[in-house]
Amino acid sequence: MSNVVVIAEVVDGAVTKPTLELLTIARRIGEPIAVVFGTAGDAAAKLGEYGAAKVLEVADAACAEYLVAPKAEAVHQIVQANDPAAVLFPSSIESKEIAARVAVKLDSGLITDAVDVQADGTATQSVFAGGWSVTGKVTTGTPVITVKPNAADPEPAAAAGTVEAFTATISDAAKGAKVASEEPKAASGRPELTGAGIVVSGGRGTGGDFGPVEALADELGAAVGASRAAVDSGWYPHAYQVGQTGKTVSPQLYVAAGISGAIQHRAGMQTSKAVVAINKDEEAPIFEMSDLGIVGDLHTVLPAASEGVKQKKA
Amino acid sequence: MKIVTLVKYVPDATGDREFADDNTVDRDAADGLLSELDEYAVEQALQIKEAGDDVEVVALTMGDDDASDAIKKALQMGADAGIHVCDDDIHGSDAMVTSKILAAAIEKIGPDLVVTGMSSTDGGMGVMGAMLAERLGWAQVTMGSEVSVDGGTVKLKRDTDTSTQHIEAALPAIVSVTDQSGEARYPSMKNIMAAKKKKVDEWDLDDLDLEDAGMEASYTQVTETNERPPKEAGRVVTDEDGSGAAELVEFLSAGKYL
Ligand SMILES: Cc1cc2nc3c(=O)[nH]c(=O)nc-3n(C[C@H](O)[C@H](O)[C@H](O)COP(=O)(O)OP(=O)(O)OC[C@H]3O[C@@H](n4cnc5c(N)ncnc54)[C@H](O)[C@@H]3O)c2cc1C
Ligand SMILES: Nc1ncnc2c1ncn2[C@@H]1O[C@H](COP(=O)(O)O)[C@@H](O)[C@H]1O
Repeated sequence: MSNVVVIAEVVDGAVTKPTLELLTIARRIGEPIAVVFGTAGDAAAKLGEYGAAKVLEVADAACAEYLVAPKAEAVHQIVQANDPAAVLFPSSIESKEIAARVAVKLDSGLITDAVDVQADGTATQSVFAGGWSVTGKVTTGTPVITVKPNAADPEPAAAAGTVEAFTATISDAAKGAKVASEEPKAASGRPELTGAGIVVSGGRGTGGDFGPVEALADELGAAVGASRAAVDSGWYPHAYQVGQTGKTVSPQLYVAAGISGAIQHRAGMQTSKAVVAINKDEEAPIFEMSDLGIVGDLHTVLPAASEGVKQKKA
Repeated sequence: MKIVTLVKYVPDATGDREFADDNTVDRDAADGLLSELDEYAVEQALQIKEAGDDVEVVALTMGDDDASDAIKKALQMGADAGIHVCDDDIHGSDAMVTSKILAAAIEKIGPDLVVTGMSSTDGGMGVMGAMLAERLGWAQVTMGSEVSVDGGTVKLKRDTDTSTQHIEAALPAIVSVTDQSGEARYPSMKNIMAAKKKKVDEWDLDDLDLEDAGMEASYTQVTETNERPPKEAGRVVTDEDGSGAAELVEFLSAGKYL
């Protein structure tokens, strides 16, 4: 059987949910070979559990010290050594850039942001803020495809998960963009936004106070999101922005509080299974796509709802 | 120093964006404009120009006749000249082919720095900067929220989910900037007038010594495009004396979100 190279994301020693989805999709095409930058550690067992026959560790320090280009060289060398039927990446900003460079190196076609991939490599994309669905295929070379979170339900399928070190040869040319310094950001302690089952987001309507949004999120074990208006006002960090130039989320439930529902915001949340909106303005476009719309002031509705949830759970 | 800023002409996201019968973006369905995310690229190029001596900013676009509007806007903002790569055979080019054409145009212009947007607002791939860096063999310094040039070095601040990074690279380099990099300026009346006298060159594939382009030469094929039926709106209730919160709790409970 042919194999498929899958770029795995391991954060703080744990395999991300989109990576498990990617392995599940990869198995439709062939036998997954997972690539981990750094050391796999406990993550190797998890990757094996979801179908990775091999786990290749790329430990070269250049991959962390310089942007993108060293990782692209490593993946290219892995592809050359394994002759896969396809190369799959998660659709993060960095992974898309690695994929782009690998496609050029391979002289192969690239498809980004697939929401589904078939066994024959046919990929579906959701474009124009979810207004259109596009189906396409790579026609030249080894298909290089990046896949969005929530494209499949992760399904375990035990495989060996044999860990092997892969020694990449990183050229000097790839060491062009040096990470001169790096400051870590504090973690929020809440679920990760793109993989969260429930997201509660606040917009300009919060007036700058995200307290009620966070309180409901915590009551529901949800992640917190924000509109660009809220981020641009400095009320919430950009890492939590949902939309075209922020994160794409696809939770079971999306709660939009004080968000009008501009097309660029919808682009990041339109695949949510259910949407609830709280907005003072009954004409707000967000209501057009909501399963439940509440015309009201979020400053009264959210705290009362948090209280109600607390009582219900007690 | 010479800077090329990439400007893409895209259908307005607030209009009716559609696909044409040949599965390419229908450029007639919605009004076109300079991609908002490329305005940030033009802005940063202009700021680098203003901070330095003897810096020329050239706006480069690839697209059909109307794409000259993207150049016009960049010139009105303050770019010095424009290059429009335009050829009937370009229609339907995918990212791989587009990057070949843009790389050839960049080599012909011979800049020290290329500034692009973080992603186009129509295709939205966010890969062109990386592809061009790979083709040109230049440093790739992408997704900046702050960018500056200091001698022969470009410096960039970028945010990942877990950290803030400071990147440095020797020129020549490809930079992309995000919408966090600072609002783009509005063209002043003076610049709008001045833009009329600025030079815009049109190049075709021959000028770039390229033969194959367009759908035939592309590495991917779109087989189907379908408009999604709009989601149906659900129930909308008006909050009165706490009824809104009660409805919400009931919805959460009934949907087993608790
Ligand atoms: C290229 C581009 C990319 C973009 N990318 C993104 C993106 O990634 N994400 C994004 O979100 N936006 C993005 N935008 C911006 C987008 O167009 C909107 O401007 C933005 O989403 C508006 O945010 P908002 O809904 O919070 O604010 P507004 O549109 O101002 O809406 C605020 C809403 O809050 C309601 N409200 C006010 N007070 C209350 C109250 N007390 N209780 C309840 N409701 C109240 C109002 O009725 C209103 O509907 C982008 C724009 C462009 C051009
Ligand atoms: N046809 C084009 N003409 C000019 N610039 C382009 C073109 N296509 C892409 N770009 C540039 O590359 C960036 C990323 O595009 P994309 O990879 O298509 O999302 C855009 O923001 C533009 O700056």
